[in-house]
Order: sequence, then C-alpha cells, then structure tokens
Amino acid sequence: MPAVIETRQLTKSYGQLKAVDELSLTVESKEVFGLLGPNGAGKTTAISMLCTILPPTSGSATVNGFDIVREANKVRKSIGIVFQDPSIDDRLTGRENLYMHANLYGVPASEQKERINRILKLVELEDRADDLLRTYSGGMRRRLELGRGLIHYPKVLFLDEPTVGLDPQTRDHIWKYIKELKETHDITVVLTTHYMDEADRLSDRIGIIDHGKMVILDTPSKLKDTLEGDVVVVRANDLNALSGFVAKWLGFTKNTIVDGALEITVRNGRTVMPRIMELATQNNIYVESILLREPNLEDVFLHYTGRNIREDTSKELHGASAARRRAIR
Amino acid sequence: MSEIRGFYTLWLREIKRFYRDRTRLVTSFIQPLLWLVIFAAAFSTRFLLPANLNYQQVILPGIIGQTLLFTAMFMGINVIWDKEFGFMKEILVSPVSRFTIFLGKMVGDSTDALLQGIIVFVIGLALGIPISPITFLYALPIMLLITFGLVSIGLVIASFMGNLEGFGAIQTFVNLPLFFLSGALFPLKGGSLPSWLVDIAAWNPLTYGVDALRNVTLGSAWTPLQIQPLWIDIGVVALFDGIMIIVGTWAFTRMK
Repeated sequence: MPAVIETRQLTKSYGQLKAVDELSLTVESKEVFGLLGPNGAGKTTAISMLCTILPPTSGSATVNGFDIVREANKVRKSIGIVFQDPSIDDRLTGRENLYMHANLYGVPASEQKERINRILKLVELEDRADDLLRTYSGGMRRRLELGRGLIHYPKVLFLDEPTVGLDPQTRDHIWKYIKELKETHDITVVLTTHYMDEADRLSDRIGIIDHGKMVILDTPSKLKDTLEGDVVVVRANDLNALSGFVAKWLGFTKNTIVDGALEITVRNGRTVMPRIMELATQNNIYVESILLREPNLEDVFLHYTGRNIREDTSKELHGASAARRRAIR
Repeated sequence: MSEIRGFYTLWLREIKRFYRDRTRLVTSFIQPLLWLVIFAAAFSTRFLLPANLNYQQVILPGIIGQTLLFTAMFMGINVIWDKEFGFMKEILVSPVSRFTIFLGKMVGDSTDALLQGIIVFVIGLALGIPISPITFLYALPIMLLITFGLVSIGLVIASFMGNLEGFGAIQTFVNLPLFFLSGALFPLKGGSLPSWLVDIAAWNPLTYGVDALRNVTLGSAWTPLQIQPLWIDIGVVALFDGIMIIVGTWAFTRMK
C-alpha cells in the first residue's frame, strides 16, 4: 500500500529538550494509525508538525506527497484536524460553523449545502444544526468538530486526543463514528491518545511513543503477542498455599499476590485454568473465582517503557476523565 | 477565488457576532449622547470659535472619531477570545493566507465600528446639531478609512497578547492619548493651545481623520481652523492604513 505520511528523522527541540526526537515512520493509505503515549510524550508536537502548525527543528516529512515545510499550503488542503482543545465558534450555529469551514477550505459553493447536510446526518446533529454552539453539550461539540474536519474531503484526518474529557457513553459514540468513517470514506486516520482501550479498539497499527521517540510500532494483536503470556487471576481462601502448590506441582514460578488475588503468568491460560482448579480442590483450598486476563496494551506499554501510562500527572485531568481515572486508582 | 471566499466568510463572521451582541449595540447609544449633550453644554463657552460655528458642530466629528477609535480598539478583544477558545487555530491551519485572514477580520471589525460611527452621526442629527445630512455620504468613506488603521492597531496588539487583562490595560494606554491628542474635543488651531500639544497631535493619525470629517461636515466654515486640506488628511490616513495592514499581516503571520 502506498504511504500517505512519511517522516524522516523528524525532530522538534525546545532548547535542550527534544519534544520529538528523530521520529521516522510511515503511515499507509486508508489505515487508522494510533499514536499512543503518556502526556508529554511528544504526540501533539509530532501531529502539529505534520499539520504544518509547528516547523520542525530538523528532519523532514511528507503528507499526501507534499513536503510539510515547502508545500505547507497543499498539506493543509489535504488534511482535516480535530484538535485536542475545542476550536469552534460558540456564538455561531453548528451549520454556520460548517459553512465557514467549507469556505475557508475552498469547497465549491454549489456543493456546500449538500455536503454539510450529509455531515450533519453522519454525526447526528441535524435537529440541532441551527442552534448556537453555546447550547451544545461537550459531546455534541466534539461530534461537530469531527464532522467539520471531513467537509473538504481530506486525505488524512488527524484526531488529537478525540475523547479526552468525555463521558464513557460519548466516547463510545465517537468511536462508532471513527469506525464508520473508515468504512465509508476513502481516508487515512491518525489518532493520538493516551487511552489504551481507545488505541486498541480503533487502530490498525499502533506506534508507542515516549520521550519523543518511537518505542515500538505494530498491530495491536502482535504487540500483545510479544508479551507472550496470559495472566490467570485466582481468588481463594489461602493464596500463599496455592502459590506454593502452583509453583511446586505445575511449575508456574511466575506468580505473585496482587490486591488479594494470585496472578499467575502462563503461556496458554485456557488450558491451565482447569489444572489450577484441580490442584486447589485436591488440597482443600476454596476457590472463590478464577479468571483469565489476556494482555492488554497497558501491559505492552509497561513492558516497553517500564512505566505505567497512568502514572503521569496530566494537565487535562478534568471532568469525566478525571473521575474515571480516580475510580481506576 | 478561494481567498475571496475565505475573506468573505471571515468578514461575515465578525458581522454576525456583532449583530448578535445586542447589549453592546444598545449601550453604544449612551456614551456619545453624554458627550454631545452634557460635555458639550458644559464646555461650549471654553473654546474660542468663529461666529458661524457652534461647539456641538465641532465636537460631533470628534465624537464620531472617538467612537470609531474605541470600538476599533475593542475589537482586538475578539482575537484574544478566539485564541483563548481555540477558534483561532481552526482559522490559522486553514489553507487561507494570513494576509486574507488579517484582511477579513480587519474589514469585518471595521464594518462593525463603522456602524457605531453611523449611529453617532444619526444621534447628532437627531439632536438638531446643524450639519447637512448630505455630508453623511462624504463622511461615510472617510469613517471607513479611519477605522481600517485603528482596527489594525487593536488586532496587532491583540495578536501579541495572551490574556484579556493585559489587553485591557494596554488598550487604555493607546485609546486615551490618541483620543485627547487628536483635537476631537477642541480645535487644535486658532486657539491658545500650548504649542507642544499641537506638535504632538501632528503625529497622531486620528488628528487627520477627525480633521477630514470636519472638513466634509462643516465645509468652508471649518477652513480657517483646518489642520490640512481634505486631500492631505485623506492621504495621511490612507498611508497610515497601508502601513498598519502590512504590520498586521506580519503580526498574523507570526501568530501560532
């Protein structure tokens, strides 16, 4: 497949700090590419360079075949952007915002009405289209921004943290649109996120970025495979005894007690679970529950960066996302 | 072609936002009324004027100039709002050139300021200030010409500022000297003004704007007091506009 985005040693420095450090990557046509990393990893800086907002310190990149420095204007016409922070005019109506965008991007006047109606339908805002933006909820604004980024038929759509600060239900909604988009439009999507589940569910390929460098890049399933191992989580009345038996009789020495449960790392969890049950019953250990946890991207991230993605204090800890995170901790 | 559409849509946005801000339209009646009625009544005997001019006639073009100045400078706030609420980013990453972005915003804001100026003119006529209504047609393009440069000052300052508080402070620093040193409230010539005041006023672009407005509204009655003939006034204001448009485009080009 042809490359839509290519970066070569793309670098952005602020004094000593290298926000993006010799990033080289290729995004293929029509894929959803997830750029995953903690806050401050350099995701937004990388995207900003590709969107011609920031000039690179060194290195180069092309988007849709155009150089981001020399042909910035052609790049701008090729891309749609949904910024991390809101960027709509709340004193205009939804429809007015869309018309404005269409005019700024030179969409032919004869096509504007039809395209805008179609977009409003896609993001399910037809009945609110003529209300002022200030009466919209956060999720509705986000949907409008998502739709707005599509009006000029961009080749690449950049979504910078598209669901930060939204409640879980709205996130689901946005995810649905992004998936629909991929099926119905001839478009490449580049997505940045620090939500593991988001990257996992939407992306064809994921690049993990940390301290401005690409740590690893692969499909979500292959990334998870590289961890080689499921985790069997057992809750029982005598965890210490079970831990000993599991190591002695089944040879699973990689087991630890975490939060009142025994976590056993094994190669094939499904076949191991019955053996553990058997062993517990034979030794009169009462098992309350047993479950299999397949590795998730969180584990992948931990594996490659040595850090937990949620440990980073972030500036956008507000609203629903903050509440969600507090609940997780 | 797409630049023209970009210009149009940015212009239209400023008009719509202005129109929807009703409170500002209503309050804009109050201030000029106070100047024209109270201030003019109190100070009419303080200035030596030829017998064929009354003070209200002289101050009306000055208050129009003041309204244009204050409204124009106030428009800079929109740029800061746009930066704060992120909408500026949507405009800046679009394929439209920075020159067009600046021009669209500038002409849009100028149109709004012009509307305010027209309101003052109409108030003046309604108060019975003896000015020929037909001169309104001559005053209109001059008013627009004046606002271009003044709006540009506000936009340039705002493009450098990060927050509203800072802009408010700087706005006052610019507004009041430009206003007081423009001869808006008193004739600069033929009186007993200290010469330093007149010298400084000669460097103020608004001085020529107000003078141009008096030249067209008061006609030959103003000629003995005029700073410059009309065509020089217009030339100075146009030159100032040209410089400010270049500065403004530069300021918008460096905005991230």
